[in-house]
Amino acid sequence: MMNLVLYVWRQKNAQSQGQMVRYDAKNVSPDMSFLEMLDVINEELISKGQDPIAFDHDCREGICGSCGLMINGQAHGPKKATTTCQLHMRSFKDGDSIYIEPWRAKAFPVIKDLVVDRSSFDRIIQAGGYVSVSTGNAPDANSTPVPKTNADKAMDAASCIGCGACVASCPNSSAMLFTSAKIGHLGLLPQGQPERKERVLNMVTTMDKEGFGSCTNHRECEAACPKEITVDFIARMNRDYLWASLTYQKPSARGGGE
Amino acid sequence: MQLDSKIPSGPIEKKWDTHRFEMKLVNPANKRKYNIIVVGSGLAGASAAASMAELGYNVKCFCYQDSPRRAHSIAAQGGINAAKNYQNDGDSIYRLFYDTVKGGDFRAREANVYRLAQISVNIIDQCAAQGVPFAREYSGLLANRSFGGAQVSRTFYARGQTGQQLLLGAYQALERQIYLGKVEMFPRTEMLDLIIIDGKARGITARNLVTGKIESFIADAVVLGTGGYGNVFYLSTNAKNSNATAIWRAYKRGAGFGNPCFTQIHPTCIPVSGDYQSKLTLMSESLRNDGRIWVPKQKGDKRPAQQIPEDDRDYYLERRYPSFGNLVPRDVASRAAKAVCDEGRGVGETALGVYLDFGAAIKRSGEDVIREKYGNLFDMYQRITDENPYKQPMRIYPAVHYTMGGLWVDYNLMSTIAGLFIIGEANFSDHGANRLGASALMQGLADGYFVIPYTIGNYLANASLQKIDSSHQGVKQVESEVSERIKKLLSIKGKRTVDSIHRELGKLVWDECGMARNAEGLKRGLEKIPGIKEEFWKNVNVLGEGQDFNQSLEKAGRVADFLELAELMFMDAFAREESCGGHFRTEYQNTEGEALRNDIDFSHAAVWEYQGEGKKPLRHKEELSFEYVHLAQRSYK
Ligand SMILES: Cc1cc2nc3c(=O)[nH]c(=O)nc-3n(C[C@H](O)[C@H](O)[C@H](O)COP(=O)(O)OP(=O)(O)OC[C@H]3O[C@@H](n4cnc5c(N)ncnc54)[C@H](O)[C@@H]3O)c2cc1C
Ligand code: SF4
Ligand code: FES
Repeated sequence: MMNLVLYVWRQKNAQSQGQMVRYDAKNVSPDMSFLEMLDVINEELISKGQDPIAFDHDCREGICGSCGLMINGQAHGPKKATTTCQLHMRSFKDGDSIYIEPWRAKAFPVIKDLVVDRSSFDRIIQAGGYVSVSTGNAPDANSTPVPKTNADKAMDAASCIGCGACVASCPNSSAMLFTSAKIGHLGLLPQGQPERKERVLNMVTTMDKEGFGSCTNHRECEAACPKEITVDFIARMNRDYLWASLTYQKPSARGGGE
Repeated sequence: MQLDSKIPSGPIEKKWDTHRFEMKLVNPANKRKYNIIVVGSGLAGASAAASMAELGYNVKCFCYQDSPRRAHSIAAQGGINAAKNYQNDGDSIYRLFYDTVKGGDFRAREANVYRLAQISVNIIDQCAAQGVPFAREYSGLLANRSFGGAQVSRTFYARGQTGQQLLLGAYQALERQIYLGKVEMFPRTEMLDLIIIDGKARGITARNLVTGKIESFIADAVVLGTGGYGNVFYLSTNAKNSNATAIWRAYKRGAGFGNPCFTQIHPTCIPVSGDYQSKLTLMSESLRNDGRIWVPKQKGDKRPAQQIPEDDRDYYLERRYPSFGNLVPRDVASRAAKAVCDEGRGVGETALGVYLDFGAAIKRSGEDVIREKYGNLFDMYQRITDENPYKQPMRIYPAVHYTMGGLWVDYNLMSTIAGLFIIGEANFSDHGANRLGASALMQGLADGYFVIPYTIGNYLANASLQKIDSSHQGVKQVESEVSERIKKLLSIKGKRTVDSIHRELGKLVWDECGMARNAEGLKRGLEKIPGIKEEFWKNVNVLGEGQDFNQSLEKAGRVADFLELAELMFMDAFAREESCGGHFRTEYQNTEGEALRNDIDFSHAAVWEYQGEGKKPLRHKEELSFEYVHLAQRSYK
């Protein structure tokens, strides 16, 4: 069992100012997850009539991307390739002080305490993060073979959980890793080819419009990413972007038919 | 309550085609005039919202997460079934249909299951076209694996993240429609009640979880794809926020609830480790393709697994079920694990666990092959338990996973309330008393992509709907009831936290209405629940305000509904005097401990009708007839 001192960011709502507040976490078991440790603190706070600490979470299995805390200045804490919900207290030791803050980025405004608004990510996807195939249009799945290496690489990129750790850890609050993961996933597959140029142009434009910063190659995103998405996808996206800006042509208007 | 299943006539292979031809269509220009509400953005909700928007309907879609991409479906690991027969191993639509009816222990509607098996092949095509990165062979063609309850390889997968990839496909289709203005998305918004006017579902009342604002939304039809209610047990593999509020509110407004006691306990989950535990983690069933399940032969054998020689191990599934071995269906595997632990042969500190051993598979195919197939699951296991499953066997134990019960629907997926449709895990669905692995993703997507877009058109084309807006008296009434309830929850200010009451309820449901049930225990439960309910409404402490981001308030509302739903589960389990699938009544078993069905008295779906506060609900029956798959005792021996 361990005793820890927590400093947690408390902020009533988007309008108010926040501050760090100290809490003592007593008798913490090393087998607890980080969020279970916060659950226990919250149960105590409620019993004392104090407002519990708000944080986002849902699956607690590292897959939904809801959770995400800055823990001692590191997005998702000290353990490599691990989301906050999958971080266990055995990564800390008795007597440690832990600083817990929300993701900080202009494009992710705080809603309350440790909860932020990440809807800007959805808007990046809206700008082109899909294959435009309406239900019912599909040919037989095996009519389009995909080389295994491409399929595997596409899967590496597609495993992004949209948590936002890449943005939070980047000194420029850039969303390049997130955006490039989707562009890489679809661009590596034959199904993604027809819209490849439009996709990269529109998604990158939206990314800039949402207030994310640019990439200056710090590679902090890659280190923080719980799904180990590599910056190779950023390079790939930059190549695609350049190629698309030089060669993209708007489709010509369709004829009227009969 | 009228239960007309509306099964189309004709031979089973033709029913869906005939029905599609006979249904009325809404012409493309008129679709624009209809508004549809979809609650839920999981596989069922997102695929339905996107597909209906593509057809031209105006759709409003709701979820309580901050983004539709985070719905609980994202966590599904193992795979999705489809009768493609790409492996040429004898699969067919008929076989998938047969396996599902049999796997469900003959408590599902044949016509629906057949349609599901037919549609399964279109789902894979649609998802592949969307760019879902399914696993592939070196040829570039799609790979398959096997799942429990089947002797063919028909499960498609994307590493151990199949649900994530399928959901992202549906989410992306949904985002495209949002961009095109055909879907308006309401994240962080929770439906708290259903609006019914002139006997038809016409909208929902919801709470904005950021501002606390209570608001009503009006439509021509309402679709619920709000998922299952496994969290009634507190500890389950479901996402923490999964809840029953949407379907429970609809039930209290008149929707029949089908087979509430049919819940699935999954055999392979990481065992509980402490009191603070907040949820349980599944280890995908696909692991049973390569992992062998065993416990020591001797009671109380405390030696570490590696020191127990082959001769002292009991591979009890392989021993009891030689033809299916480790791949028996979930209900069978879970009960067998409970049985060996009850005998005192369980492993781990709590002795509530069995081994899932990859030693033989690693020796046979090498660690790399195993890592490629299951790497992310092994990593997750190690993160949670701090043990290395490449070196020592995993410890697993059954945990609540899925609910086959849900709101009753007819062949068109419409509930007993006109204009209220239920899709995905939220309906009582196609899985009968036990769901086979990799069939929930299939059903959610079948409902959303390929069934509801047709059947809703038929309803709209035939319904005459008066024009209403949110100033309607009926809407105001629902809104004021919702606000009153919130006020009440906030005014109690007692001594117990919501979670502590939820844990108490969960333990009771697990002990008395879990893997094994009997009349005595169920009676005990029915006596205890009213006390817990009373404790909740007198002594719960919900802090903060209603007009605020307030997670305690969200939880409190959900737990209040779980308390009522638990009572209905107990009643249903008590009334069903037989064992079938996941519903195992200890009074009804054969000499070998296998479930004993009673087809004469219970070959029906039980459908419960709400009668008002404090009154006993009515139990109705939808009789099930089996014309194609003949009733037989399930055997996996
Ligand atoms: C760990 C795990 C692994 C699994 N693996 C597999 C597998 O390999 N293969 C398989 O076939 N099945 C699997 N399943 C089962 C399967 O994942 C689920 O049954 C399925 O995803 C349910 O999908 P759904 O769309 O019905 O609901 P969900 O995905 O649960 O979505 C529910 C949606 O409804 C919304 N919602 C709910 N209530 C409200 C409300 N009141 N107001 C507003 N919104 C609301 C939520 O926000 C969410 O968007 C697994 C399940 C678990 C728990
Ligand atoms: S790229 Fe990595 S860090 Fe960024 S959102 Fe995706 S998973 Fe999270
Ligand atoms: S809670 Fe889902 S990733 Fe952490």
